[in-house]
Amino acid sequence: MGLLSKKDAKLIIDPLADDNPITIQVLGICSALAITAELKASLVMAISVIFVLGMGNVVISLMRNIIPSKIRIIVQLIVVATLVIIVDLVLKAFAYELSKTLSVFVGLIITNCIIMGRFEAFALGNGPWRSFLDGIGNALGYGVILIIVGFFRELLGSGTLFGFPVLGDPIAKTGLYSTGYENNGFMIMPPMALIVVGIIIWVQRSRNKALIED
Amino acid sequence: MEKRTDKNSYTIIFAIGMVLVVGSLLAYASSSLKDRITTNRELEMQQNILYAMGVNENDDSNAIFVSTQEAPKLFSEYITEQLVIQGDNVTEDNKAYLIDVKKEQTRAKAGEERRLPLFIGEKEGQTFYIVPIRGKGLWDAIWAYVALDDNLVVQGVFFDHKGETAGLGANINKRFFMDDFIGEDLMHDGKFKGIAVAKGNADPLNIDKTDNEVDAIAGATITGDGVSAMLKSELKLYVPYFKNLKNN
Repeated sequence: MGLLSKKDAKLIIDPLADDNPITIQVLGICSALAITAELKASLVMAISVIFVLGMGNVVISLMRNIIPSKIRIIVQLIVVATLVIIVDLVLKAFAYELSKTLSVFVGLIITNCIIMGRFEAFALGNGPWRSFLDGIGNALGYGVILIIVGFFRELLGSGTLFGFPVLGDPIAKTGLYSTGYENNGFMIMPPMALIVVGIIIWVQRSRNKALIED
Repeated sequence: MEKRTDKNSYTIIFAIGMVLVVGSLLAYASSSLKDRITTNRELEMQQNILYAMGVNENDDSNAIFVSTQEAPKLFSEYITEQLVIQGDNVTEDNKAYLIDVKKEQTRAKAGEERRLPLFIGEKEGQTFYIVPIRGKGLWDAIWAYVALDDNLVVQGVFFDHKGETAGLGANINKRFFMDDFIGEDLMHDGKFKGIAVAKGNADPLNIDKTDNEVDAIAGATITGDGVSAMLKSELKLYVPYFKNLKNN
């Protein structure tokens, strides 16, 4: 990355793997369980969080020297809620169809603990540009896991990807279903998201032993 | 040394200032965009009503509305009458589609007589009676527009929701769920029964149209139960109107 110094690039790359917000920091689990039954929902949520976390980190970073430390959590919450509500209003006025798709995610974005976590851990102590990179990096790391989980849950649970049937028709028994294969309805339930995330964590830590805590 | 930002007086002034800034920002955004948002909502209602009576641009598997530009024209073309039913009184009101079902439900709870909107549509010689209804899902409101014929057999339906779980309950507005309702009878042996969203009715293709059941969505039990309850309690209110229709 010629554009970024080595230190800045680390802000984006680290959260994708060795400092991933979901698998290493174990944040944002709530939304990762709730909306990953479909790949499309995972993708929409990932894009929304990239936007909100990038913007929010910059705003908090710009305000970092004037925020009173006693009420900083409330200030962070208000900043993210205001951002999300304004975006929601603008979409409702100018892109109504899109706003309907996103309305489900609004509450999940405001309460996403990755957002609060990055405000608290990074944006309060760093400049806007580095905070922006940190926000984008963490949101990407979050999004990658969401998409991996969404991929397996939709494929094994419904036999589709982005809503397109890829394994055949389960009712008419065509494609893979003609061999006796069945969709695993349990994959659609939130507990399976936890198990899939667990498997990702297992694979990641067995490849990189440095990540294992005592 | 105490930092400037740690002082109580600074904290209070900051808090007050922030509330003022954020409050006026949100108020400004909300009021300046209000007209556009209201227009969008009204167009959506027209699209929903038209969708229920089969005026839509559906492809093989997706639910697609008529365009927002065409919606008002098509609405006045296909919807021949808009009625408000209040007890035994039936009056015509060409703004009936703007009646807020939620407010009417609150009025009914307060003991007042509820206004029930009903839209009559004509398409290719067939008459549709379209009813807007509203209920509760898992997280928030769910609502629907149900198109019926004069025997209370469902001709089309459009479901929507405010905040059901994406990928699970949110799928009530998908074709694979909504289309199952077409042809289902709300009556059973001459009595009103509604349509239940049922697990294990062993009819995934929904061939049996007289069982008052459609196949549920896996993982969306509470949303499905909400749909059943909404159809039962709300559509029941319209049964007297349809009885009168037959008697006259």
